[in-house]
Amino acid sequence: MTTLSAKDVRPPRQRPPGALRRSVSRNLTAYGFLSGALICFAFFSWIPMVREFILSFQKTNFVNSTEWVGLDNFRTVLDDPAFISAWVNTAIFTLLALVFGYIVPFVFAVVLNELRHAQGYLRLIVYLPVMLPPAVAVLLFKWFYDPGAGLFNQALGVVGIPPLSWLDSTTTALPSLVIVSTWMNLGTGTLIYLAALQSIPSELYEAAELDGAGLFKRVWHITIPQTRLILLVMLLLQIVATMQVFIEPFLLTGGGPENATVTVAYLMYQYAFSFGNFGGGGALGLMLMLVLIVFSAFYLRVSRDRT
Amino acid sequence: MQSRKIATLLAVAGLALAAAACGSEETPAPAANPSSGGSAAPAAENAPVTISVGCQPPKTNPKERAQWDADVTAFQAKFPYITIESKDAFPCIVPETFQAKLAGGQMEDLFYVYYTDAARIIGAGQAADITPYLSEAPHIAEVRPDVKSVFESGGKTYGVPRTNYATGLVYNRALFTQAGLNPDMPPKTWAEVQDAAKKIAGLGSGYVGFGEYSAGNTGGWHFTSSIYARGGAIVSEDGKTAAFNSEQGKAVLENLRKMRWDDNSMGTKQLHRWEDLMRMMGSGKLGMMIGAPDVVQAVNNDFKGKFEDYGVTALPESTQSLSGGDGYMFNAKATPDQIKAGLKWLEFKFLTPGQGQFDYARNKADGLPTGLPLTDLYGSAAPGAQIQADREANANVPTEHFAPYVEGTKSVTFKLEPPKAQEIYAILDTPMSAVLTRQDANIDELLADAEEKVNKLLAAG
Repeated sequence: MTTLSAKDVRPPRQRPPGALRRSVSRNLTAYGFLSGALICFAFFSWIPMVREFILSFQKTNFVNSTEWVGLDNFRTVLDDPAFISAWVNTAIFTLLALVFGYIVPFVFAVVLNELRHAQGYLRLIVYLPVMLPPAVAVLLFKWFYDPGAGLFNQALGVVGIPPLSWLDSTTTALPSLVIVSTWMNLGTGTLIYLAALQSIPSELYEAAELDGAGLFKRVWHITIPQTRLILLVMLLLQIVATMQVFIEPFLLTGGGPENATVTVAYLMYQYAFSFGNFGGGGALGLMLMLVLIVFSAFYLRVSRDRT
Repeated sequence: MQSRKIATLLAVAGLALAAAACGSEETPAPAANPSSGGSAAPAAENAPVTISVGCQPPKTNPKERAQWDADVTAFQAKFPYITIESKDAFPCIVPETFQAKLAGGQMEDLFYVYYTDAARIIGAGQAADITPYLSEAPHIAEVRPDVKSVFESGGKTYGVPRTNYATGLVYNRALFTQAGLNPDMPPKTWAEVQDAAKKIAGLGSGYVGFGEYSAGNTGGWHFTSSIYARGGAIVSEDGKTAAFNSEQGKAVLENLRKMRWDDNSMGTKQLHRWEDLMRMMGSGKLGMMIGAPDVVQAVNNDFKGKFEDYGVTALPESTQSLSGGDGYMFNAKATPDQIKAGLKWLEFKFLTPGQGQFDYARNKADGLPTGLPLTDLYGSAAPGAQIQADREANANVPTEHFAPYVEGTKSVTFKLEPPKAQEIYAILDTPMSAVLTRQDANIDELLADAEEKVNKLLAAG
């Protein structure tokens, strides 16, 4: 049993008079900066989130008093035949986006990291798509995917492959959206991976090279273990981001063909702005948020472990 | 530790702000809500009143904007106690932003709507009942009853039409000529449409004979236009069950299937939405599409087409038409005096022959396209005859290009949109997109599946 000596028992810390005032005045500038961020987050993130939470239990026409309807909005969206399609499509999109959007930037980063020349120029080229406004990038792909005059089918024709329907087929529409999404976000992912790769001590690679390890072995035994945490963090961020996919189906397919590209976020938009049912949209948003909270919790856990 | 406490305080303050913001919306509407029809007591006779009015032409359209401003000046001179605050926008309304404007308190007192949104707005209680004040705009009494009915519900009136037209078939006359077809003899049957589409598509790569929508709810909208034209319906008379799984519904889809896959005359790219077909029509590569004379106006004004290249005819074999057009409704929070002032403005600007939108002599003098058979508000009533005579006298567009439409739509009756129109259109996008993107699409199964979904939707109330 451990006993405490009198020396170990400290009296409660007494704050000298006026300490709070001094502390506030000393940190006034910091609080000033903090308040700007807090106000921005409050108005553009927290208030809308609280509002959405409340809306999901209400019926409103923005004119008369709102009416509390309990779980009616949730029943409405759960009964919607598009509900299951939207979640299935979102899950498939997320999965495909992980296969393509997660691995491709990593491969690009590894290749860029291995380059001895022109790395800066290539980094710029890889990052360029991120600088395009998303709507512009998406509409660019609308032309690429054109079954007749589109760039992709023209390219396929050159190597003797028959044209694809891309956005006009239930089997290729969703993967086509994943390609757009991957291209748009490639630059950011690549740069983050590249930064992680460049933080790996070069001695490890030199030692491996002396031991006769080739590129694949170096990546497998050094690069991946050394970047494991950043890979995990990026995986979780990727899941959280791709599950909210909206702009691609909104601009390219309108949810079609045959609901093949209706996602949860797109259905939410339909409820709120096409059907005028903000309660239904709010209910869907809340469901999506709950799912994303799970992944965000993992993310916080992982990033905390890392620090 | 102390700084943490302060940060917590700030966060709590933020949350309190959030709660306050959320709570503020609970305040009921002060004045004219749909049920009360403007219950607030009117101010003294001719007391000053200000109304905000939507759809002032944008600065990019200087001639029409100048006409609007001149009309506002003339109106305010006639009614000095009324001030009009014009709000410009292009397009006048984006249906998707309607709710956001309303929620943000940015909606005009007198706002512009398409027919396609009127029923939803009325159903949601988002427009004022203007029935008690209709005497402020005497011409409303002479508007065609089927046109007025777009803005009516339960015996009450919620808006005033500005333009009205039947759905027809828009075609590219230049392409007709190029394909060896007579542009003065447009198709009168669907078999003739199929034949013409094949010939136009045969002009070469990139030419599309017939274009159709199938995404973003526009497919369902045009399915409705097509089934109405064939004498069919979307819902039963009582509005409680789906009625489109019918011979007419199957004929609509079968016609598209044949043109898309057997004739290959609809192009390979599908999932078109509104602006897609406008762009194709403007580029001179699309032969035909379902639409009204307003399509020609949009193609000419915004998509680089030329009036003289296009013609409009009635939809083949049509007996009835989905109502097309636009109008104005009143903010549910507008006061009785604002509603009265707004009705006076509508009477002045949009309902009176020879002035405002019907001042065709001014249009012609300003070099604006005049003569399109766009507005049929009055039918055979006296104002209608005068408007038509004025329009013909001042025409500067080739009116003969629209003669088949005028002639063919004379006997067509207007039919309103179904209840829960946008939700139903979203469901009907599926059979439309399926038929246009999948060669093995089973029309019977698609319609049966959509029918089940719509029945479920309607049963949910």
